[in-house]
Amino acid sequence: MNTINLLIDTFLNTIIDIAPIVILIVFFQIFILKNTLPRPKRLILGIFFVIIGITLFLVGLEKALFPIGKLMATQLSAPEFLFGTKEVPLSSNWTAYGWLYLFGALIGFATTIAEPALIAVAFKAHQVSHGLISEIHLRLAVALGVAIGIALGCFRIVTGTSLVLYIVVGYGIVIIQTWFAPKSIISLAYDSGGVTTSTVTVPLVTALGIGLSTTVPGRNPSIDGFGLIAFASLFPIITVMGYAQLAAWKVRNKKITSHNL
Amino acid sequence: MVNFIHWLVHRLKDAGRDFLLVVVVIAVFQFAVIQQPIPNMDEILFGGLLVLIGLALFVEGLKIGLFPIGEAMAYNFARRNSLFWLLAFAFGLGFSTTVAEPALIAVADEAAKIASAARLLAPGQQSMKEYAYGMRITVALSVGFAIVIGVLRIIKGWPIQYLIIGGYILVMLVTIMAPTEIIGIAYDSGGITTSTITVPLVTAMGIGLATSIRGRNPMIDGFGLIAFASLTPMIFVMAYGIMVFGIK
Repeated sequence: MNTINLLIDTFLNTIIDIAPIVILIVFFQIFILKNTLPRPKRLILGIFFVIIGITLFLVGLEKALFPIGKLMATQLSAPEFLFGTKEVPLSSNWTAYGWLYLFGALIGFATTIAEPALIAVAFKAHQVSHGLISEIHLRLAVALGVAIGIALGCFRIVTGTSLVLYIVVGYGIVIIQTWFAPKSIISLAYDSGGVTTSTVTVPLVTALGIGLSTTVPGRNPSIDGFGLIAFASLFPIITVMGYAQLAAWKVRNKKITSHNL
Repeated sequence: MVNFIHWLVHRLKDAGRDFLLVVVVIAVFQFAVIQQPIPNMDEILFGGLLVLIGLALFVEGLKIGLFPIGEAMAYNFARRNSLFWLLAFAFGLGFSTTVAEPALIAVADEAAKIASAARLLAPGQQSMKEYAYGMRITVALSVGFAIVIGVLRIIKGWPIQYLIIGGYILVMLVTIMAPTEIIGIAYDSGGITTSTITVPLVTAMGIGLATSIRGRNPMIDGFGLIAFASLTPMIFVMAYGIMVFGIK
């Protein structure tokens, strides 16, 4: 498809995406709440910016990032690259896929930093916490969680261990951490699991999962290809709470040191 | 005009910084590991420019559009003091933004293919279509339900951890009964439901509510709506699988 068609198509899809929200808000404002929103012209301009912004963003990703990213995910998981042969040798074990774990972790980290939904939440968290939570620190913490999640998710596909087992252990860690983490971070940490996997990350990670489960003998892409997104949503909860615990611990340490002085 | 250019350059610089790492990772792997030149360089540069402009506009649109709207709606509901309409709005927001979500449509179709390949569905396109449609409605219902619970939590001041941990335990219990073919999809569906437009709007609404209700702290009570929206689809999708295919 040429660029103009792609632009128009994406634009229309974005409008369809946002239309129910706009209808809902207008309906409630007029019939239920019976008042007007402040500065309506500015709000409409903002919605317009969001629609145009998402359109250009998606078309740009489709042109620049997705073809090469998906191609890389496929190439890196192909037996020709990993073993230099068309078939996966029988003697291979999970260590043979080293480059793939590294690529999964790094691409997960990098795309999470660029994820617009996370940028939005980090901006709000910074504002609401009166600057206590740094936008970039939060985004780095989430990205680290996604990196761990994807690498571990790839390892799981290669070794063929049960998805449920990892999820149970992950939830276990979350539950334990919740007891010790500062109260004010908990809801933000839980949220960060859901916001990470969005526009930029999902298509690339999906390509990685399908490529990998096609290569590894005995895996079924339509069953084992799933689960990476779940991992990428789970581990950020752990790293964000960890980040808050680390920050709280540092503050405590400083206080103790200054008392001693 | 000078101001505008200054603003644009600033925004583009921010967007460029956000995307720098993606470029570095791709370039390093392409040159050092795969050892091949990058194909279609001009396409990529053009696409990259679109990404930066798009991201810059989106972030600006958030600040002057989506955030203020979400917060203003929350204030208006708090002032009108009608729990019923607030919950109706919450449900509508969750349901309507999810049901047409492209990522969800893709996953539902994929799920139908898997179920059909595993001979769990009656043969034919019609049964696959019905199954995929049913899954989309299920996920949309679950997100609507999630926002309702999340909003109720903010109003009542319930601590989030008990609800979420209770939800996790429910996920585990349902997993034991759910057919294998549905588990991976169910777990993933939690992550894909919350789109780039929904997240800022819902976040702003939660914070707006927590700010306008006396005794609530926006940091502790304002976040959390997205967390519910990522949790309930797992339970609902597995329940849908059990309903369609029976208990494992």
